[in-house]
Amino acid sequence: MEWVIFVPAAVLAIAGGVGVIAARQPVHSAIALLVVLASLAVTYLLLAAQFIAVLQVIIYAGAIVVLFLFVIMLLHARSGEGPVEKLPRQRVAAVVFASLFLAALLAGSVAATRPLAPAPEGFGTAQHVGEALFVTYLLPFELASVILMVGIIAAVVVVKRGPPAGRGGR
Amino acid sequence: MITVVLVAAVKSVALVVMVLLGFAYATLLERRLLARFQLRYGPNRTGPFGLLQPFADGIKLIFKESFMPATADRLIYWLAPAISMVAALFVYAVIPIGPEIRFFGATVSLYIADVNVGILLVLGASSIGVYGVILGGWSSNNKYALLGCLRSSAQLISYELAIGLAVVSVVLTAGSLSLVDIVNAQQRLWFVALQPVGFLLFFIGALAETNRAPFDLPEAEQELIAGFHTEYGGFKFAMFYVGEYVGIITMSLLVTTLFLGGWHGPLLPGPHWVAVKTFAFMCLFIWIRATMPRVRHDQLMAFGWKVLVPLGLLNVVATAVIVALVGG
Repeated sequence: MEWVIFVPAAVLAIAGGVGVIAARQPVHSAIALLVVLASLAVTYLLLAAQFIAVLQVIIYAGAIVVLFLFVIMLLHARSGEGPVEKLPRQRVAAVVFASLFLAALLAGSVAATRPLAPAPEGFGTAQHVGEALFVTYLLPFELASVILMVGIIAAVVVVKRGPPAGRGGR
Repeated sequence: MITVVLVAAVKSVALVVMVLLGFAYATLLERRLLARFQLRYGPNRTGPFGLLQPFADGIKLIFKESFMPATADRLIYWLAPAISMVAALFVYAVIPIGPEIRFFGATVSLYIADVNVGILLVLGASSIGVYGVILGGWSSNNKYALLGCLRSSAQLISYELAIGLAVVSVVLTAGSLSLVDIVNAQQRLWFVALQPVGFLLFFIGALAETNRAPFDLPEAEQELIAGFHTEYGGFKFAMFYVGEYVGIITMSLLVTTLFLGGWHGPLLPGPHWVAVKTFAFMCLFIWIRATMPRVRHDQLMAFGWKVLVPLGLLNVVATAVIVALVGG
């Protein structure tokens, strides 16, 4: 029964993924990314993880892709030029690493062919996720937040250094 | 299985029709009330008291020439108003307008779905609504539209945070993310009494989220013509318009649900109370628009980030401490 929902969601996710790298306009890429994220949210729902599904929409679709769009619009609004490839031979590297990743994924899914037990009662609810985060895995959770903080502070420091030629300092 | 889907479908259609009718009359209400505030009459010629005005407007908008700027990004130009409207209508799936009632011998619940993450779904839908604004402004390839959409999305993202913090304090007080449970938790005491700061935060955030005066910068006529929907006309403009006014109804309904006890109230049956409270808030929205001047953009952002967000965080901490002391 869940195939009715899973297959369209999976097809949409793959189509969106192709769209992200195939689209010529950066804004179209961002919208394709949105399609991927929305289809992933649907698959989370199928796995009985409602809380994660909604968070996926709020955080990724609602905040992160909006920021992407902001940057795209402010930086290359309609400049028409394609992205410059800075890394030498990055296409070759991309193909190699992508196939390695695909192999790892396939190996993982083949290894996990045994039928899964149905989700236990209360799985995927906000209470369940909250308990996992704040009780069971408290230390990794706090460490992750410290790492994120480091990233934010680093960004502020980089920006604070300012432009080299000094006009317009406030 | 089939009956469940059928009942949900019938309820959805009824609700969408109701919300769209509500939208039509919200525009009339706004025009009439604004006129009275300015000592004018407002539209009163189409039908008795101007009651047919919204339909006249609708017919006019549908039959207008469908115009599109030559350099617009076609796909996104069409997609943006649809996103705006659908995101605005979607939230009604989880907002309850009444308890379960007996209807021809069958028990019918006056909500489509009692989702256990209901309030998050509402926030998620409103964050999707931002895309209508951003993409609409960008795709029409007009500098005023682009400036309007950048302003507007910055505003929406900032004030979403204030709203989210107010909602967190309500969720902490009620102990549930489901809107039905939140209403039931207010049976004895409305949350406006327990969460006055949260209520204020939410209300100010709601004004900004719906782009209403004094926060209607995205369409500041003097600077930006009409903001993100400058290049839109006809039915596509109407879809943005639906999104905007349905947003006002949604926000009024949410204030009612989260802070004013939802369907609880003496004498009248539940849905009537929801209607009365929501209507009162919509009038308040319009009253504020008629009264307050527009703030500047930098003032708006500073107010959001330096006043509302810290206040919201403090409120959450205070609520959490009190809930832990009382409940734990």
